[in-house]
Amino acid sequence: MTNHRSHLDELENQSVFIFREAYHSFKNIAMPWSMGKDSNVLIWLALKSFFGKVPFPVLHIDTTYEFPEMMEFRAWATKHYKLTLIVKTNLEARARGVGYETHDPVTVTHELKTVALQQALAEHKWDALITGIRRDEDPTRAKERYFSPRNAQFEWDYKDQPPEFWGQFATTAAKGEHVRVQPLLDWTEVDIWRYIQREKIPIPQMYFAREGKRFRSLGCSAITHPIVSNASNIDEIIAELETTRTSERAGRAQDHHERNAMQKLRAKGFL
Amino acid sequence: MNKKTVAASSIAHPGSSVGASLKVVFVGHVDHGKSTLIGRILHDTGSLAEGKIEQIEKACAAEGMEFEFAFLLDALLEEQEQNVTIDTTQIPFRTKRRQYVIIDAPGHKEFLKNMITGASNADAAILVIAASEGVREQSRRHAYLLGLLGIKQLIVVVNKMDLVDYAEDRFHEIEAEYRKFLVDLDLAPQFVIPASAKAGENIASKGQKMPWYKGPTVLEALDQTEPNPSEADLPLRFCVQDVYRFDERRIVAGRVETGTVKVGDALVFSPANKATNVQSIERWNVAGSDAAISGDSIGITLTEQIFVERGYVASHQSDTPIETNRFRADLFWIAKEPMRVGHLYDLRLATQDMKCQIVSIEEVMDSSTLARQTDKREQLERNEVGKLTVQTRAPLVLDNHDRIPSLGRFIIADNGQILGGGIIFGGIYTDRTVAKSKNITWTEGKITGQARAAQMGHRGAVIWFTGLSGAGKSTIAQALERDLFRRGIHTYVLDGDNVRHGLNSNLGFSPEDRVENIRRVSEVAKLMADSGVVVVTAFISPYRMDRRRAREIALEGNAEFIEVFVDAPLAVCEERDPKHLYKRARAGEIRDFTGIDAPYEPPEGAEIVVHTDRQTVEESIGTILEQLLPRLKAEAPND
Repeated sequence: MTNHRSHLDELENQSVFIFREAYHSFKNIAMPWSMGKDSNVLIWLALKSFFGKVPFPVLHIDTTYEFPEMMEFRAWATKHYKLTLIVKTNLEARARGVGYETHDPVTVTHELKTVALQQALAEHKWDALITGIRRDEDPTRAKERYFSPRNAQFEWDYKDQPPEFWGQFATTAAKGEHVRVQPLLDWTEVDIWRYIQREKIPIPQMYFAREGKRFRSLGCSAITHPIVSNASNIDEIIAELETTRTSERAGRAQDHHERNAMQKLRAKGFL
Repeated sequence: MNKKTVAASSIAHPGSSVGASLKVVFVGHVDHGKSTLIGRILHDTGSLAEGKIEQIEKACAAEGMEFEFAFLLDALLEEQEQNVTIDTTQIPFRTKRRQYVIIDAPGHKEFLKNMITGASNADAAILVIAASEGVREQSRRHAYLLGLLGIKQLIVVVNKMDLVDYAEDRFHEIEAEYRKFLVDLDLAPQFVIPASAKAGENIASKGQKMPWYKGPTVLEALDQTEPNPSEADLPLRFCVQDVYRFDERRIVAGRVETGTVKVGDALVFSPANKATNVQSIERWNVAGSDAAISGDSIGITLTEQIFVERGYVASHQSDTPIETNRFRADLFWIAKEPMRVGHLYDLRLATQDMKCQIVSIEEVMDSSTLARQTDKREQLERNEVGKLTVQTRAPLVLDNHDRIPSLGRFIIADNGQILGGGIIFGGIYTDRTVAKSKNITWTEGKITGQARAAQMGHRGAVIWFTGLSGAGKSTIAQALERDLFRRGIHTYVLDGDNVRHGLNSNLGFSPEDRVENIRRVSEVAKLMADSGVVVVTAFISPYRMDRRRAREIALEGNAEFIEVFVDAPLAVCEERDPKHLYKRARAGEIRDFTGIDAPYEPPEGAEIVVHTDRQTVEESIGTILEQLLPRLKAEAPND
């Protein structure tokens, strides 16, 4: 055989394997979808895994601080991929006045994202969530497993994680618990871009530079800041990443609000 | 910022990988300088973010501590507090030659599971020994486990040479001792390198301190290792993950673990031993795909609609795997609770999942001294490795690990939690039709239906075939019985032949006798189902009322009742007329013959319908199994 596999093929094959194991192992799956680049790669890999169909609902946690362009993308992609879309907002917290105007970003992120996710889980009783986190994004994500259990309080016991080897995973969730399935764990930021380029995966245009600025990572409009960049296509973005020494999530205020903010957010259930 | 926030994000440009990374697991006895070595490598390869070193130096100075490279690694808060590496971490770096991923496995023996998690997919290993302390327990244990996991490329770094004044004889002493140990494990290190991670001697560059050493530096040695060889040249093993029917296609989804599969290939699916051909190889959004190799996650469609389900392994006819329910293995145990002989565990091998017991432990290996204990043991403790015999509930498809690694290793689990892992050896490739011995006593508590189901691996059930004479009931019932039997399912066919001659020999064919005939069959079926058997009945049973009563009787006995309508038009049955009964009925020699001068009431709510005028026996069996097997599962899923 002359069929030589590329690095991206290897990543894709592994992710597809994980998707299928998850689909077999859990009865009630949902896939959080932020419309960001990783999220869209995740949808693409689901289509690969299930031959053109996403056989479980996608969940958008709408913080009410969404970029209008992202919402447009959501509407387009939902129709284009024939997704079953579930939208969840923590209305209770918004009613209490929780918002970036009055509260610190860690609190708001926790309330409008993590708590909203908890509410959605309680409502729909999902036993597994397929997430798009990657090891290279953040130090606390470096230690993740492909199948990572979360207890009923949503906590991640990163000191006592289940063993995971030979393509075998911890596949049971007790009542109230769920398992985070993370098919992109081994991917890097550049892998994501190269894959988007190779597969021609549609993504929101905000990632590309306009008037000298672009978004490298997308979150809530109030606390996500563009970086200075002239990268207006994927090749330029990759070239930029090859030389940058700042981290991907530098433009995400909640990560940097206080020391170990990300650690604290994640231990409490943030993706 | 102080040192506590320094973490893997300190890596300069982790995103910039070009090709596949070589995965290197780092192991070593606690405090032998593994973390320092990793920190040094990250530093010397320019893998750290700008200003990171200065930041740590400042933080250390502020706290009155000496700067240490090891601090770079400590990604999570608790780690730094306890000063030990807690869990497996993956950290990228790059040399001139290629991209690497460091898999950092812990040095504490209680964290064995994390080491296995990290090391199981590594291409190479670096084993660190402190020159000041020499070969220690974990130096040996880790090497043993690496060998068990099949990692062949090993680089030994004799670290902390600065603490022994870079003494050549000390280095050779350790090298000799360790090489001797490794030989017994069938391991040979590619390089043994004297180094000081702290001083940067022989890590990225040759230092001045050890002119007597002529070999490569650590990075040079790494650049001389190779990725694990492709498994595309091994025999084909395609492991089925699922069968999807999202649209009109029936796609068998799975991963090619080893070998190569092409459109048109003749495949044998184990354990069913069914042969068919590959009609297409399915990949979404990929143009023209007519072959797949090891590592590919694909789908295939088959030329014949044979029954296939998760756990099946496809191979080429010329090189099939072993199929057995008894085999030998080396098992390492990582759970707190000891492994007990005779206890029921779940065994998972590729996508197969079934109950198993450890029959006996022949030998326990002390992974530190390699001493073998052969006295009788009933338990395997955490961190022990045992040579033992495993028996599974139903035939397992496997290979010897040294031949096809991915089909030669399995995990033991309970309640979905992985407790240990095993490597299969000594299996004999034979003709699969050899009868299988099941000479094992299962020990259970009081004998409830559940306990019976747990012991047998499936629930009892009544599968009630109904249909015209000549529709194919007996043929399909017998084929189904053979198929179920091969799966290790206790099954038995009740039909006219074995009932009319004994139990019902006093009954004729009058309407009353026919009703009584079916009633007795219903009762016998119920009893057999209650005893755990999957009973297949093959009677015309033309009346709905009788079949409804059969269902009620079965349900009284808490047995699953599945009605299978074996449907074929009367004309077809009459043409088949295997026993010439239709001819005789038409001639008036037989009276009250169903379909001729007695009615047949077709089922209205049969669980399964097969159309024998359009489906082959094989296809009918497939239709039945698809619905039947999930209902026979010993435990109701998800509760």
